[in-house]
Amino acid sequence: MSIELKDVNHIANLARIDISPAEAQAALAQLTNIFALIEEMQTVDTTGVEPMSHGIEVNQRLREDRVTETDQREANQASAPQVEAGLYLVPKVIE
Amino acid sequence: MAGRKDWEVVIGLETHTQLTTASKIFSGASTAFGAAPNTQASVVDLALPGVLPVLNKGAVDCAIKFGLAVGSHIAEKSIFARKNYFYPDLPKGYQISQFEIPVVQGGSLTIQVGSGQEAVSKTVRLTRAHLEEDAGKSLHEDFAGMSGIDLNRAGTPLLEIVSEPDMRSSAEAVAYAKSLHSLVMWLGICDGNMQEGSFRCDANVSVRKKGATEYGTRREIKNLNSFRFLEKAIETEIDWQIETLEDGGKIRQATVLYDPDKNETREMRSKEDAMDYRYFPDPDLLPLAVSAEMVAAIRASMPELPEAMCARFMAQYGLSAYDAGVLTGSHALADYFSATLAAGAADAKTAANWILGDLSGRLNEADIGAAAAPVTPALLAGLIKRIADGTLSSKLAKEVFAAMWAGEGDADRIIEAKGLRQISDSGAIEKIVDEVLAANPKSVEEFRAGREKAFNALVGQVMKASKGKANPAQVNDILKRKLG
Repeated sequence: MSIELKDVNHIANLARIDISPAEAQAALAQLTNIFALIEEMQTVDTTGVEPMSHGIEVNQRLREDRVTETDQREANQASAPQVEAGLYLVPKVIE
Repeated sequence: MAGRKDWEVVIGLETHTQLTTASKIFSGASTAFGAAPNTQASVVDLALPGVLPVLNKGAVDCAIKFGLAVGSHIAEKSIFARKNYFYPDLPKGYQISQFEIPVVQGGSLTIQVGSGQEAVSKTVRLTRAHLEEDAGKSLHEDFAGMSGIDLNRAGTPLLEIVSEPDMRSSAEAVAYAKSLHSLVMWLGICDGNMQEGSFRCDANVSVRKKGATEYGTRREIKNLNSFRFLEKAIETEIDWQIETLEDGGKIRQATVLYDPDKNETREMRSKEDAMDYRYFPDPDLLPLAVSAEMVAAIRASMPELPEAMCARFMAQYGLSAYDAGVLTGSHALADYFSATLAAGAADAKTAANWILGDLSGRLNEADIGAAAAPVTPALLAGLIKRIADGTLSSKLAKEVFAAMWAGEGDADRIIEAKGLRQISDSGAIEKIVDEVLAANPKSVEEFRAGREKAFNALVGQVMKASKGKANPAQVNDILKRKLG
């Protein structure tokens, strides 16, 4: 599988990363190497091996359903750029 | 209007049910509705650097309960994934959801389409149900050029229930949604409050020529939060799709929004610019393992399901399918019925009639649930006892019920206070009958001349003279004897 410059720009757009044409070229070279590595890994026969979803073979521990957090709005909003009526203000977004 | 008869409609629903946990799915912040903005948004919900999600057992229990109720496979191991997209009310830049391996797999729900004698039973297959977190809320008005973000809802646990495309009309879709709504409330895993967004549906709708084997291209109507809008949105969409196809057009796969004011569905985004969510397993969360012991414990704690209870009410108490169905339509009503019998109402059929009649009427009028009724099951049982022992006629009983609803005490107290005791002393009734016969010679004459109606007039006079308190059966007997 090969990757092209337009794929790099698409991924950058999805990730909301603003990259210059030079950076895109550099990323293309790096990603191409990574894809080569993946391709090599793909050649390993994994028949009968159950896919892992996590690097550690342990199961999730569960938390009892209890409210343990208190209102920390003031502290949390101290570093917010703009706040009004208890809300975080952001540039207007309407889909 | 397009020619519906040539087309088959195909509908599948995705339903987001907000789970009734006290705390959020991955943090210990409260999920209570209506708090001041951002007072229930913890550092985990705000996605501050370095925080980690810890899964809430309560949310997992809810999912298992649901799965068991609809006969699903409960996955021994399921996986949480990141669904990536950018929106200010999603601070992490991704929603934690389940993608490849959800906790609840398969299952089915039996629905009743139509009502009364016309009702038809149908089984809708379920694809899956998965756990995920809700996003926050964006408020676009009131802030010049800015949007206000409230993250209280961020991290609220949701169970997204996905059906197979098994529904063939808006009526079936609504019947399914209603059935699912009452089931999740019955199980106590969702409060069912649609105004507050606790239960919301997305409808996938497509049409195809009758007899076609391939599905048509579908459009997804997002965020329908009432049964009426669900029905209207689907109807509008069906008409639009059939018209478009009959005019030689093509349906483009898209996400649409329903505008109730204009009664139209409007494209939000097409498939071409559909989001690429780049799902991948969330490295912050290990696989969720559900042991057989966990499933068994939850199974043991589950309430009797509505279908089973309905069948039991029919078999045990001789109720009609309709009455039993309405009583088991909500847990509160079924509990009320059971509690009334437990409080000593001997005749289940009479209890059912009162609950489905006077009580339900008053509950609707007052817009309250059965649990909040001023006439408690114990009070109703007391009333039914006085009907059974002949103290009250059904007419007097209604008067007593109204007084109980108004908070005037129990049946016995009201009967005493208002002197509503039915007159069953035949001597007393005979005396009233004699007086009425003496005062109404014309009616007596008419009756003797063969006019049956005159008899009813005389009964009416006796009841009136007794202020409605004479035992009607006895009045009939005595009158017949005296005239005969």
